[in-house]
Amino acid sequence: MTVTTITDAELQPKDYASDQEVRWCPGCGDYAILKAVHKVLAELGAPRERTVFVSGIGCAARFPYYMSTYGFHTIHGRAPAIATGIKLANPELDVWVMTGDGDGLSIGGNHMLHVLRRNVDLQIVLFNNEIYGLTKGQYSPTSRRGTKSPSTPQGSVDYPVSACAFALGAGARFVARSIDTLQPHLVGVLRRAHAHRGASFVEVFQNCVVFNDGAFDGFTAKDGAADTQIHVEHGNPLIFGARKDRGLRLRPGKLELEVVTLGEGGATPDDVLRHDETNRALAHMLVELEPPAFPVALGVIYCNPAPSFETETYAQARAAGATRGTPDLAELLTSKEGTWTVT
Amino acid sequence: MSTSLTSPARESRDSVVIRFAGDSGDGMQVTGGRFTVETALAGNDLTTFPDYPAEIRAPAGTTYGVSAFQIHFGAVDVMTPGDQVDVLVAMNPAALKVDLKDLRIGGTLVVDTGAFSERNLTKAGFKANPLDDGSLAPYQVLKLDITKLTLDAVKDSGLHTREAHRCRNMWALGLMLWMYGRDRDATLAWLKQKFAGRPEIAQGNVAALNAGHAYGETAEMSEYGGGYTVRRAPVTPGVYRTMSGTEAIAWGLLVGMGAAGLEKMIFAGYPITPASLLLHTLANLKRYGVITFQAEDEIAAIGACVGAAYAGALGVTSTSGPGMALKTEMLGLAIATELPLVVVDSQRAGPSTGMPTKAEQSDLFQAVHGRNADAPLAVLAAATATDCFDVAIEAVRIATKYMTPVILLSDAFLAHAAEPWRIPDLDRLPRFPVRFRTDPAGFHPFLRDPDTLARPWARPGTRGLEHRIGGLEKDYDTGHISYDPTNHARMTQARAAKIAGIANDIPLQTMALGEDHGHLAVVGWGSTYGAIHQAVRRARNDGVDASHIHLRYLSPFPRNLRELLARFDRILVPELNNGQLAHLLRAAYLVPAEGLSKVEGKPFKVSEIAEAIERMK
Repeated sequence: MTVTTITDAELQPKDYASDQEVRWCPGCGDYAILKAVHKVLAELGAPRERTVFVSGIGCAARFPYYMSTYGFHTIHGRAPAIATGIKLANPELDVWVMTGDGDGLSIGGNHMLHVLRRNVDLQIVLFNNEIYGLTKGQYSPTSRRGTKSPSTPQGSVDYPVSACAFALGAGARFVARSIDTLQPHLVGVLRRAHAHRGASFVEVFQNCVVFNDGAFDGFTAKDGAADTQIHVEHGNPLIFGARKDRGLRLRPGKLELEVVTLGEGGATPDDVLRHDETNRALAHMLVELEPPAFPVALGVIYCNPAPSFETETYAQARAAGATRGTPDLAELLTSKEGTWTVT
Repeated sequence: MSTSLTSPARESRDSVVIRFAGDSGDGMQVTGGRFTVETALAGNDLTTFPDYPAEIRAPAGTTYGVSAFQIHFGAVDVMTPGDQVDVLVAMNPAALKVDLKDLRIGGTLVVDTGAFSERNLTKAGFKANPLDDGSLAPYQVLKLDITKLTLDAVKDSGLHTREAHRCRNMWALGLMLWMYGRDRDATLAWLKQKFAGRPEIAQGNVAALNAGHAYGETAEMSEYGGGYTVRRAPVTPGVYRTMSGTEAIAWGLLVGMGAAGLEKMIFAGYPITPASLLLHTLANLKRYGVITFQAEDEIAAIGACVGAAYAGALGVTSTSGPGMALKTEMLGLAIATELPLVVVDSQRAGPSTGMPTKAEQSDLFQAVHGRNADAPLAVLAAATATDCFDVAIEAVRIATKYMTPVILLSDAFLAHAAEPWRIPDLDRLPRFPVRFRTDPAGFHPFLRDPDTLARPWARPGTRGLEHRIGGLEKDYDTGHISYDPTNHARMTQARAAKIAGIANDIPLQTMALGEDHGHLAVVGWGSTYGAIHQAVRRARNDGVDASHIHLRYLSPFPRNLRELLARFDRILVPELNNGQLAHLLRAAYLVPAEGLSKVEGKPFKVSEIAEAIERMK
């Protein structure tokens, strides 16, 4: 082992990579996410010894092995529970949960629900490729209806779950979205997620080149992206389109969004909604938008901080008299009423 | 200590078993609990056992809504809650219906005649009133209208009838405290404190308690005799308290945490009967370094503990049989990543939901073998409520020293049973400080200690020790992922050898009673200790060549156990399951272990084991 002499602030993205050979398929979207995470950590000068990556099972779950930080590759779906324990044991650690659509929303759906509502201070990055990759291509809980796969040769009949709608429903206080190939945007979203105290949920549309290639082409293809994506930013108008002439507004008399083209039918910039990332109702509407009628909403869709679980837990412990250092156990054993002395 | 002895003279008894039985809303657990405190203060040895229904509020007056509390106390060494009841207090017909079968012939039956209405008799399934039909002739029956006597006693306290009616249990307690010459000062003080915000309720309960006591003391009771005395038990000098098995585990874990030099315990649990009590107990002990976490399910509970252990804290989870099944995969992860963990299993009758409030010892196979692949870990069992304290400390020692999950087997009986406990001198308890790895030189996460074979405990936050672990197989020499066949064989053997090696670090198996060789060894584990012990003692008094061996260490077994068992002609293994330890002993040592099974959700009676010994003598 070599002795590190550089300071944290001098760490480069490559310094966050472990010495292990990365073993995702060539062209996998996971590489881009790994690269974005390395970049964010380097920007932050994150101390490697205080950073922990926790994962479950699946392609995304290999992530910790490729980091030079602490890492725990656990079991299928349970990373949020293990990360909660890590954070309870040492709230000063910076803990990331790397998960996938099967890991986080199928076998681990229950843990995802509870870690979000509890608001444990974690960055949770869900790689959504709408397929089970590691087990060779079965449809997943985010696969669109009719997905043909080895386990659904006639097409799946169940309806998919929307990751961000699930997160909002669970009570997440930070919900964001990006795309593996949208490198600067992804880095920005991860930076915001890291800055947020409490559970930060980030869905990344990630292309599986082997089992579900092109699943997101409808809105990720470069040539149409401006018209099929809306990049939301707090305080800015919800405008998109190659010519920045299309916007989202509330349909008059209804609680739903509609797309308007500025200058057509009397639509003015004033009609267009401004993004308010603290507005939960708006967030719910934004995450439901789907092509072709609507653009896909990307960016920080909802951010409304509240005290985190481990902070409140420790506040209670202190209120109960807990202090650092060795507790007085003799006091414990003799404290309650009902002792007697035999001489 | 003052006594309230009055004439006529009291009879002396060595030991007595009293059972308070009534509707689950009648406050029988409180009554028994208060009688226990007063009895402990009177210097008797004792064991208690609550028996309450799974339903929180079963329909009043029904047999399945009966709640009972049994206490066995005496001037001698008391080890079980007692086979047969000497005094049964039945607060309604349903209680009489359920509990009369355990009252010994000639025993005392106290009934509240005021509760023997036509309606209650029907609900309990009596066709005729047993108070009138001669069916109670074998017993000494005290027919008292406790309901009316209570209402009369509390009429000045301003309570509504319903509230006044709820004071019946205190009247019955007052009478029983008089009958056995117990003080009631501690209970009076307790009532005043408990109902400090409702002085009229405190006053009503005090009035009822005093009235029951006075009833015994005055002429009204003299026709039944002058009560009894039970001498103080000869005990080692010291400061004592009563302690339940649950409290013992909670305190033992905290003391173990301190002995390991750890500042923090993360205790995560999911509500399950009868294990929830430990979560409740620890949730009130946060000032002593425990953080409690009610997880979303059994898997998350143990998952949080695995995470906590990875981060350098003591991780402890607690559950019962069905919950253990759910924790199985996470135990495998803790074994593969070699992280310390304590899992407390309060066993209950199963399979599946089974009988949640009833004790069984049927998770032994699950604890020792119940995981995918070759996945050894350490298994310990507590024998008595106070033994839970020592076993909890030992579980922490083994977990942290060997970097392994440890399963501590308790059961529904031990969780609730209570006995007097001499508070130990904490400075004289064992210490086993953890040494976290801090030196990066030559570090890899699976570098084994040559003696214990344990891997280093390297906490996140330690600079230079950044590493990745997981459920995938690791290379023995580097800790990196490895699919190499020979390496997997080597790691499998290393994991097994580490657990097997614990046998060199635990006491040799000693005799609980009798010689270490001879005709019959009665081998037990867990909460059957008292019943086996008394049965063997009784047999030995009758000249039978029998000895008692009681196992605390079930995985690995003590290293002399093979040789010890070989010195007996026959081996009897009484268990509250269908023969699990007998099976393990046969498999491990090829010895002719013969099982004695009881799976009724109830503890063994001494007589049941005594009969088996008689058959094998």
